[in-house]
Amino acid sequence: MNGFPVHRRVRSMTSAIQLRGVTKRFLTPSGGVYTALRDLNMTVEPGEFCAVVGPTGCGKSTTLGLISGLEPPSEGEVDVFGKPVHGIADGIGYVFQTDAVFPWKTVLENVAAGPRYHGVAHREARNRAKEWIARVGLAGFEDRYPYQLSGGMRKRVALAQSLINGPRILLMDEPFSALDVQTRALMENELLNLWSASSASVVFVTHDLEEAISLSDRVFVITAGPGTVKSNYKVDLPRPRNVAEIRFQPHFIEIYEEIWKDLRDEVLVSYERQKRGAA
Amino acid sequence: MNVRSAAQLRVAAPAVQEQGARVVDLAGRRRRELRRRQLTVYGLRLAVAVVILGGWELGSRAGVIDKFFWSQPSDIAATLWRWASQGTDLGPLYEQVLVTMEETVGGFIVGSILGVIFGVVLGRNRLLADVLSPYIKGANAIPRVVVGALLSVSLGLDIKAKIATASILVFFVVFFNAFQGVREVERSLIANARILGADNRRLTTEIIIPSALSWIVASLHTSFGLALVGAVVGELFGATEGVGELIYLSKNLFDTAGVLAGMGLLAAMALVAEALITALENRLIRWRPSATFDERRI
Repeated sequence: MNGFPVHRRVRSMTSAIQLRGVTKRFLTPSGGVYTALRDLNMTVEPGEFCAVVGPTGCGKSTTLGLISGLEPPSEGEVDVFGKPVHGIADGIGYVFQTDAVFPWKTVLENVAAGPRYHGVAHREARNRAKEWIARVGLAGFEDRYPYQLSGGMRKRVALAQSLINGPRILLMDEPFSALDVQTRALMENELLNLWSASSASVVFVTHDLEEAISLSDRVFVITAGPGTVKSNYKVDLPRPRNVAEIRFQPHFIEIYEEIWKDLRDEVLVSYERQKRGAA
Repeated sequence: MNVRSAAQLRVAAPAVQEQGARVVDLAGRRRRELRRRQLTVYGLRLAVAVVILGGWELGSRAGVIDKFFWSQPSDIAATLWRWASQGTDLGPLYEQVLVTMEETVGGFIVGSILGVIFGVVLGRNRLLADVLSPYIKGANAIPRVVVGALLSVSLGLDIKAKIATASILVFFVVFFNAFQGVREVERSLIANARILGADNRRLTTEIIIPSALSWIVASLHTSFGLALVGAVVGELFGATEGVGELIYLSKNLFDTAGVLAGMGLLAAMALVAEALITALENRLIRWRPSATFDERRI
């Protein structure tokens, strides 16, 4: 199990995700125009695990909104598996930063929601949900409501809820940022296990460079807003990885230093702006 | 809540044998404390009733309170007993209570259903909401009980007019709550449901309505009282039976004990309904942490 399964590395004809010259503007409540992304280009290959890092407010989450079809771009094109995105496409999973599991559904109903929305029969959906609940380590918690679970357990529910639909693309928006450090490392390893058993491409948004490198095959650095891709780095660390330990490897530190040089400038720009904004 | 945490403590006990006895002891003490508190509450409630009713009775017997205008608890109890044992001027007492209950529950159900439907539809459709909002606000500003006068003429003296009056009162309260509830649905929950493949119908029934339900159910507590008001006002505008009519007749005979006995009946009906609504609420909103229930329980 060293290195990647071959099919991940083969460059197929169509990329999983392609953003070409994408600009996204929003109207501010005061009537002004806010440009979140400007002329952003990004390509993600099938089965690739990509991380997107950048300073706060650089439009990382906006990028995920565009790929998922929740938001249309103001300019430019977004393709998913070679097809332009119009509205929400099938085969997309999205794990949100905030808790987005449904508080009035039990764990089982939450996980079964996806198949049920796709017209799978009730019993069949429940059986599949039970399988996924066991796979994310929540067997025995099927009848609990989200408020009865810890933050880490709710994230497991969110993961199962997304993965049960068998997404070809999994979008993750700082999913573990609210977790404590130990739970976070556990969840990161769990995620890598689940991902390696699937063939999904992942776009993982985070502000934590360490997390980005330890998880991904490729790291995109986004500039301080309006966001555009400043650079992208290949992370050629061997898999399977143990997230808790990989950060001590010399090669990890090399990669970290290289990317940090790029990222630091953007963080500083963003920080200066915030200071000025606050003053 | 507390009973459950006591149970959890007991489950934890066998794990550590040495501390086991102490933990069980603690849990037992906690339960005893709870029971004692409950008894204290019941005792004090009884004391409040004794002080108020006793003071009233003594006051009117001593001549401080004018018995003709304000009656006294013993007369009210006697009137209730007479109604119950010999029937009222309108017929058996239970029939009057049932009629008023029927009107109230009918108005409550019709008004709530219409309120939820309009609230959800307008909450989901911004254009419709913007177009209709001045009319709804205007209608809401009218003292709506007077509509009862109109309805008693146009719908006649039977149950329809009362149900209509009650449902108009209920409608606005439930409508505004449902509307607000729909507007306040967490954006990320909607986004999540859409990503998972929910169509518009599923979005409404599985995300928006459950999310708005805590708002809606909260409004049901207030609106049942309003339904009762609507039914009684409807009866006052013209009826042949019902508790409201009973009160109206007693008033015409200067029988203040009868008026107060009718009010007592209405209060009892409202309390029973309140208990039923709380039970419904606990069933519908099981998914909320019970702490909120504790805070809200009086």
